Amino acid sequence: MADALIAITVLWGFVFIYAVMATMDFGAGFWSMIYINHEKTKATNVANRYLSPTWEVTNTFIVALVVAVYSLFPTAAYTLGTILLVPGSAILLLLALRSAFLVFSNIATEYKKPLTYISGIAGIIIPGLLISVLPITHGEFVDYTNGTANLNLVRLFTSPNVYTFIGFAVSSTLFLSSLLLADYSKASKEMEAYKVYLRNGKILGPVTLLMAFLIMLTLANEAEWLYERMMEDFALLLLSVGFFLIVGIGLYGSSPFQKGVKGMPRLSVIAVVIQYLIASYVYGKAHLPYIIYPNVTIQAAFTDPNSFRAVFITYIVGFAILFPGFFYFWSLFMNDKRYLRQKG
Amino acid sequence: MDDLVIARSLFGTTMAFHIIFATIGVGLPLMILVAELLYQKTKDLDYVVMAKRWTKTFAILLGVGIPTGTIAGVQLSLLWPGFMEVVGRVMPLPFQIEIYAFFVEALFMSIYVYAAERIKPWMRIVSLVLVALGALASAVLITNVHAFQGTPAGFRYENGEFLDIDPWAAFFNPSFLVTAGHVALSAYVVGAFAVGSVAAFKMMKNERGSRVYLFHQKALLISLVVGGAFAFFTALNGHESAQYLHEYQPEKLAAAEGLFETQSHAPLAIGGFTDRETQEVKWAIEIPWALSFLSGNSFDTVVVGLNDFPEEFWPPLYIHTLFNVMVGIGSLLILIPILVLIWKKGLKKKHYPKPVLWTLVATGPLAVIALECGWIFACTGRQPWVIYRILSTAESATTATNLGTLFILFIIVYAILGTAVVFVLLYFFRKNTEMDDIKRAEKKGKPLYGSNS
Ligand code: HDD
Ligand code: HEM
Ligand code: HEM
Repeated sequence: MADALIAITVLWGFVFIYAVMATMDFGAGFWSMIYINHEKTKATNVANRYLSPTWEVTNTFIVALVVAVYSLFPTAAYTLGTILLVPGSAILLLLALRSAFLVFSNIATEYKKPLTYISGIAGIIIPGLLISVLPITHGEFVDYTNGTANLNLVRLFTSPNVYTFIGFAVSSTLFLSSLLLADYSKASKEMEAYKVYLRNGKILGPVTLLMAFLIMLTLANEAEWLYERMMEDFALLLLSVGFFLIVGIGLYGSSPFQKGVKGMPRLSVIAVVIQYLIASYVYGKAHLPYIIYPNVTIQAAFTDPNSFRAVFITYIVGFAILFPGFFYFWSLFMNDKRYLRQKG
Repeated sequence: MDDLVIARSLFGTTMAFHIIFATIGVGLPLMILVAELLYQKTKDLDYVVMAKRWTKTFAILLGVGIPTGTIAGVQLSLLWPGFMEVVGRVMPLPFQIEIYAFFVEALFMSIYVYAAERIKPWMRIVSLVLVALGALASAVLITNVHAFQGTPAGFRYENGEFLDIDPWAAFFNPSFLVTAGHVALSAYVVGAFAVGSVAAFKMMKNERGSRVYLFHQKALLISLVVGGAFAFFTALNGHESAQYLHEYQPEKLAAAEGLFETQSHAPLAIGGFTDRETQEVKWAIEIPWALSFLSGNSFDTVVVGLNDFPEEFWPPLYIHTLFNVMVGIGSLLILIPILVLIWKKGLKKKHYPKPVLWTLVATGPLAVIALECGWIFACTGRQPWVIYRILSTAESATTATNLGTLFILFIIVYAILGTAVVFVLLYFFRKNTEMDDIKRAEKKGKPLYGSNS
């Protein structure tokens, strides 16, 4: 039991890291499309400067996530693989177009616009599809015939709850990426772009919060078990909203240390990550012990103990080896003024 | 078509497409590294220009290699959930460790490309070495899963249950080193000849002795030396692979050679087509005793024939052709560089005649054909098993139906990506000619890698 709990925590950690990185990644791609005609503000350049070196690393996390599912919970992977065939394939197809055209748009400069449009639009649909995996695991869209699981697509796409999840994913993507790009453009001293992203953050924050409320509202109808378990941690949910207010302070307030610059985007970015961390902890805890409600639990789906031990050791060794690499990467692309403040 | 056939075709198409980009992605970094090292040694700027142009090619190909690889990885779970359940339980390590290899490659690839002008030259080389190692490791590790499918180890399978699981014993399954070695070596063959093809083609298009012609001649020379050497190692290792088949998957070797009766002094059949009815290989050239010798280093070696196995477990018999094509091309790729180098260095000829250049242009596509034949041979030759004598392909397939639409959609997307990548490569190198890059490299202090137009 303890092992299964560790394993699901690792998995949850991967989901969280990927969720944050992916929102920034897909969001940056979308903004780079929106501002492609506003050459003056440089908003597109800032988005690309973030995106070019990072998308590959972000993409690797989704692979890590899938691998973690089947090496930690092989039985769950069996059922998930079966029911996710259609949404999974849709994600893969869009992801392929998105990644390829993102690369191509930076190479074939004359065709930059159409290529950026394809990758930007494909990229903003993906988070909505990705998040639909969550309501699917709530169980009410899965039919069992003769012991095999099947996804009922009609019920899935007529469920209000699913649409609130999709709406939440899209607005979160835009919201989090605005905050990050605001911070990034401030560090790059691109003040025009900074203003644009700060304003987007101000608009999208409340929209995202509203979507989160709507999720809870519809959840109470469609997956009552989950709703009630989440409400057991009501205090934490309130804390999460509290951090949302800090995000607001970062957006509207001005830094006491820097004169003349409105907003403290770094504060907002940190606060919003903590906010999502708390909220997803509450969601994840309420979801336990089910991976897919009500048939697949973490205990039943857990891998062989020997395999778990071996995999866990590779996690530790792997991260010890990779950490300096990530640090070096961060210092070259997130923290090096020569990179951030380049022309063009 | 029934859903199992569609699932197999869909997965096979994904892999066949991915593998072109993946393999060049393993092979090219080695070529870039050779060029960088030659520059350090000779200080000839042409090598820097080569490294830059190959790096750009690599970055463009990654734009297809990474998403199709992601598709491959996820599709494994979507189409073969039964297989991945077993892999997750018994053989999770290669996939797990491969993730770290992907990270190493992704991190240092970005550093090598986007930070090239800000890091020290030695750090550039270190980054490049890490990219090459990451790519090699990811190929070796994924191939390990494929090796495990042929020679499963590290567990006991009784009454449908997996007992005594030892993931490290599974990781070091008997054919791991041989198979991984074969894939790694053949990837360098493909990378080298892909470069050589382009160089030979450009030499034909440019005036003899011109600056651009000489530039490509240097590239061609690297590719012939590297490609020829690795083709030789691939063949040695391929011989070893065949001996492993003899030991671990005898029906695959029997089908590859069209051998029906178990015998010592078994003949080697080259070419021709296996006929199920008459139990012979029609129109083949037979070399007496050779198969026995190849399988066990002695003419007395008894090679098992297909008739010793129930017909339902026979692999498809056309794998004989796939095997022949792979080995035939492998042999040509050893021969061609030797002959060309003798012509050039031994006979001290100044120029290559047209037919020679055309032959050299063909080497890249030939290497890719060998690669595809090798994979399809190894995968279909394992049928009807997905894990040899443990799990059948039919049992491991998804229970979902109506895969046809998905199959069509994936094919459309691969067609789009395939067309786009060719178009982008042609576009980019038409805009950035060799001369542009050579001039840029000669002007000190101008960014070369960052330059995009
Ligand atoms: C992880 C291991 C792995 C690797 C590296 C590959 N394959 Fe494979 N292949 C499989 C694992 C697999 C599999 C999952 O085991 C399949 C699915 C069903 C089956 O029998 O084997 C399979 C099936 C399969 C089929 C359909 C088999 C049939 O209908 O008889 C084809 C055509 C290929 N593969 C082709 C390839 C190519 C061109 C590859 C080269 C890159 C390749 N495979 C690499
Ligand atoms: C079943 C077989 C295979 C699967 C499931 C698979 C999976 C993957 C995945 C998920 C990626 C994307 C990595 C990323 O996001 O960064 C990828 C890329 C790649 N694969 Fe494959 N692959 C398979 C076969 C192979 C083989 C046989 C080779 C070797 C020749 C290979 C070599 C590579 C390389 C070099 C890349 C390039 C990008 C990178 O490493 O980041 N793959 N593959
Ligand atoms: C010239 C001599 C060659 C010989 C004797 C040879 C032999 C073999 C054998 C016996 C296998 C089957 C292994 C198995 O099913 O487990 C194999 C597989 C394969 N071959 Fe070759 N090969 C040769 C050349 C090449 C060349 C030139 C390439 C590519 C450029 C290549 C690419 C592959 C690949 C990708 C596989 C599948 C992976 C594997 O199972 O190892 N081979 N080869």
